[in-house]
Amino acid sequence: MLTLAHTIRTMTAEFVEKIRSINRRYATPRIEMSGPVRVALLSLRIYLLVLVGLLVYKFVITVAG
Amino acid sequence: MQPVTKAYYHLRRVWKAIALYLVICGPGIVVMVADNDAGGITTYAATGAKFGYNLIWFLVILGPVAYFVQEMTVRLGAVTKRGHAEAIFDGFGPFWGWFSLLDLLFVDWLTLVTEFIGMTAALRIFGVPGWLTVSVVCLLMGVIVLNGRYWTWEKIAIAFCALNLIYIPAAFLVQPKLSDIIGQGLIPNFPGGFNGTLFFFLMANIGTTIAPWMLFFQQSSVVDKGLKEKDIPWGRVDTLVGAVFTVLVAVAIVILTGTVLHGADVDDAAVAARMVMQTSPYAGAMMAIGLFDAGLLGAICISLASSWAFGEVFGWAHSLNTKIREAPWFYACYFIALISAGLVVLIPGAPLVLITLFVQVVAVTLLPAALVFLILLLNDRRTMGERTNKLWENLVNGGIVAVIIVLSTLYGLSTLFPSMFG
Repeated sequence: MLTLAHTIRTMTAEFVEKIRSINRRYATPRIEMSGPVRVALLSLRIYLLVLVGLLVYKFVITVAG
Repeated sequence: MQPVTKAYYHLRRVWKAIALYLVICGPGIVVMVADNDAGGITTYAATGAKFGYNLIWFLVILGPVAYFVQEMTVRLGAVTKRGHAEAIFDGFGPFWGWFSLLDLLFVDWLTLVTEFIGMTAALRIFGVPGWLTVSVVCLLMGVIVLNGRYWTWEKIAIAFCALNLIYIPAAFLVQPKLSDIIGQGLIPNFPGGFNGTLFFFLMANIGTTIAPWMLFFQQSSVVDKGLKEKDIPWGRVDTLVGAVFTVLVAVAIVILTGTVLHGADVDDAAVAARMVMQTSPYAGAMMAIGLFDAGLLGAICISLASSWAFGEVFGWAHSLNTKIREAPWFYACYFIALISAGLVVLIPGAPLVLITLFVQVVAVTLLPAALVFLILLLNDRRTMGERTNKLWENLVNGGIVAVIIVLSTLYGLSTLFPSMFG
């Protein structure tokens, strides 16, 4: 049991470290963040927030109804 | 003698061009034909049954639309030698990278479930139980990828693409009138006026023509195949040929159900195949075989799209040219997605209709994001150099992307709130 727990802990730690290394590797976006690019990405964030909000709303009223 | 020599050299040049095309072709044809997956077949069958030949013109328009979007992935893959997931991480940083990767994983897995729904329903027509279909499909797909060569995998996939053309002779079998097809189908019209039902069908057809996994798949496939910048013209031809095939198959299905089932309400391609069988047993059987093949092709491409994307980002070996011991995580992703999706279909009472509907809504969230990233990446001169989008390409592709974003959003909303558009 101890060995299994140890293995799981080690694997989880390795996985977390892998995620961190990916985040570090791509920390600086290669695309130049010009005005149009910033506007496009901001619009995308707003669009996704609205759509996810609607999805959650639909889910809530479906479950409640 | 001179004309003969000239003709000989001309013939040799043509033959060399064809031979070169046969070497390079693959990613475009496979992704475009696989685009007509189980969900796509259902949409086209329902469109033909509901509106007869009247929306054929719309499907013809969608061919160039699909071509222009997919062509960008060919250029991006050939120039950067990176898959789409890695390109998004590299271009836009970890936030958008993880968003795209996890969204892709989620949508791909759900779509994979719908492919198994289509395949099991198709073979059930011939008396094959669901568990046997799932087992054989998993085994078959394992054999296809485990040979350790991209080239072999691609040629097998192209053979399945050829089988997808079965809908074309099936459409001829039901003896449609050519004059009706031309008169009703090729002149743009909105049967019954532009109402909520028609809008829903138009959106569904767009949704089946451009899917997020297609962008990820073709770019990764171009990279895995090793296409270079000089191969881009041939990659374009490959994509164009694929677009022609995908439209031909879509039109054939609409003709088939528009001839036999016009006026019927169809929401399941397998049910449509059974109904066609009552009028034309061979055409119905061919439709069922085509549905199974469509599901299989979709499953092959979608599971690979996810595995490639994860391999690129996590830095695992992620090529079909590697053996299983050289790329264990790549193949593990492939098989976990495949087997788990297959098992869902076998769960008694699983909400398969809800899953199918849910796939459409979730796919909407990824599609605009993926298309915006694609346009931005294609405008990055530092990376793309002389392959950067030109003004006319930005106008055409930007216009297509803008229209798709608006329409797919409305489609997502209409799926969430069915009474929204009347």
